[in-house]
Amino acid sequence: MRFKYVLNEVLVGLWRNVTMTIAMIITMTFSLLGLGVSVLGYMQVDQMQDFYYGEIRVAIFLNDDVTEAERSGLNAALDANPLVEEKKYESKEDAHARFQTLYADQPDFLRSVQAQQLPESFRVQLKDPEGYEAFAQSIQGIPGIQDVVDQGQMLDDLFDVFGTLQVAALVVACVMAVAALLLVANTIQVAAYSKRREVAVMKLVGASNWFIQAPFVLEAVVAGIIGAIIGWLLLLGGKEFLIDGPLQQLTTIITPIPFDNVLLQLPLMMGAGALVSAITGWVTLRFYLRV
Amino acid sequence: MIQLDSVTKTYPKASRPSLDNVSVGIEKGEFVFFIGPSGSGKSTIIKLLLHEVQPTSGKVMVNAKDVTSMRSWKIPHFRRSIGCVFQDFRLLPNRTAYENVAFALEVIGKTKAVARRVVPEVLELVGLGGKEHRYPHELSGGEQQRVAVARAFVNRPLILLADEPTGNLDPDTSIEIMRLLDRINRTGTTVVMVTHDSNIVNQMRRRVIEIESGRIVRDQARGVYG
Repeated sequence: MRFKYVLNEVLVGLWRNVTMTIAMIITMTFSLLGLGVSVLGYMQVDQMQDFYYGEIRVAIFLNDDVTEAERSGLNAALDANPLVEEKKYESKEDAHARFQTLYADQPDFLRSVQAQQLPESFRVQLKDPEGYEAFAQSIQGIPGIQDVVDQGQMLDDLFDVFGTLQVAALVVACVMAVAALLLVANTIQVAAYSKRREVAVMKLVGASNWFIQAPFVLEAVVAGIIGAIIGWLLLLGGKEFLIDGPLQQLTTIITPIPFDNVLLQLPLMMGAGALVSAITGWVTLRFYLRV
Repeated sequence: MIQLDSVTKTYPKASRPSLDNVSVGIEKGEFVFFIGPSGSGKSTIIKLLLHEVQPTSGKVMVNAKDVTSMRSWKIPHFRRSIGCVFQDFRLLPNRTAYENVAFALEVIGKTKAVARRVVPEVLELVGLGGKEHRYPHELSGGEQQRVAVARAFVNRPLILLADEPTGNLDPDTSIEIMRLLDRINRTGTTVVMVTHDSNIVNQMRRRVIEIESGRIVRDQARGVYG
């Protein structure tokens, strides 16, 4: 009976104040969506780092007028270098072949570039992918080198962009969370006011505090959970219709987003929504429904 | 049953205390009037007994429990042993007489089956048999107060507190309510009533404690309003 009573109070409460309930659900939705996007992005970057850093190479481009002696000298130096895990020589022709596959969909650009214009290079994989600085120092001054490019540095730049997006999503989530908190607090105050007679009688006849407060807190929790579910559906829709749809090109850079990771956001968002609502509701009532 | 030991209550910002070093004892089964002019501090006594306010100093004992030092989470349970009636009835307007009384049972965890058994009984006791399904606005003032009394008594409390229960009623209806409180008192329930209705006090001839400016100026068994 107690459970039925509380459940009934929650549903009646949500319905009585339905505009406020909708506002609460919408803010919760976008706040939790921001959280979901941010966490998903974090997991994605983690996964991409594992994927890409395994293949990271340092490219040592050689001068156009490099001599045979300089080339073999560099070759020997790299073989002797303790930081090098593996190295590969790429001739102008190799570079051109790779270039052609990379820009296969831009034939105009391809036609304008000849094999002679591309530099030959050594591709080096380091034992420690983070140890670029030390490696660059160790080969400094060897003749024939035109330029040394750390591809890891390029990836870091890419990940910086992702990081910025994540932070942006998190900031949006926090701002929306503040709005959601205020709405929860306000909704509960309105609900408590509209039920002030009942609350007064309940206190008078000695209803326990949790029994008085539970319907109000649960109202907020239910709204939070509904917001989480809608937010997660938006997240899922975003993956299905944006990332897997028009933005599919991105998956050549971004590794595919596993469905498991998306699924994992549901309990996370629901938990966060429920917890935030419950704590806000409870704190509001502490100030509003003094015994 | 009820014991106030040198209780002083000064509200914040008040220039003088509402109750000034008041000591009084009430035995089980007594019927006591607290009388005095408005602002004399008599309603503060009810609030102290309900733990709605805390004394500035002194000790309040109810049912052999020290209310002053009671932990806040124990208060709800403590209040179940006290029934309370007010001048403004405090009924829920969207519930019938039956539902108003049943509500008091349900919110302390009693089942609907218990309510079905005891609510008609107590409504019969207060003389509302046959009017169980009327809403408060369909009842007269006296009948509404009877519902309130039924609600206060349905848990069979040890103490019934009444804060000017006849304040909104005409003299004849007031006397009927007093008969009802008297009947409840005869079941062994201690009744504490705050009033300034001299008529009623004079008719009942029960213990009268008169308060003026926060001090007890008279405590008389079988007293009159004076």
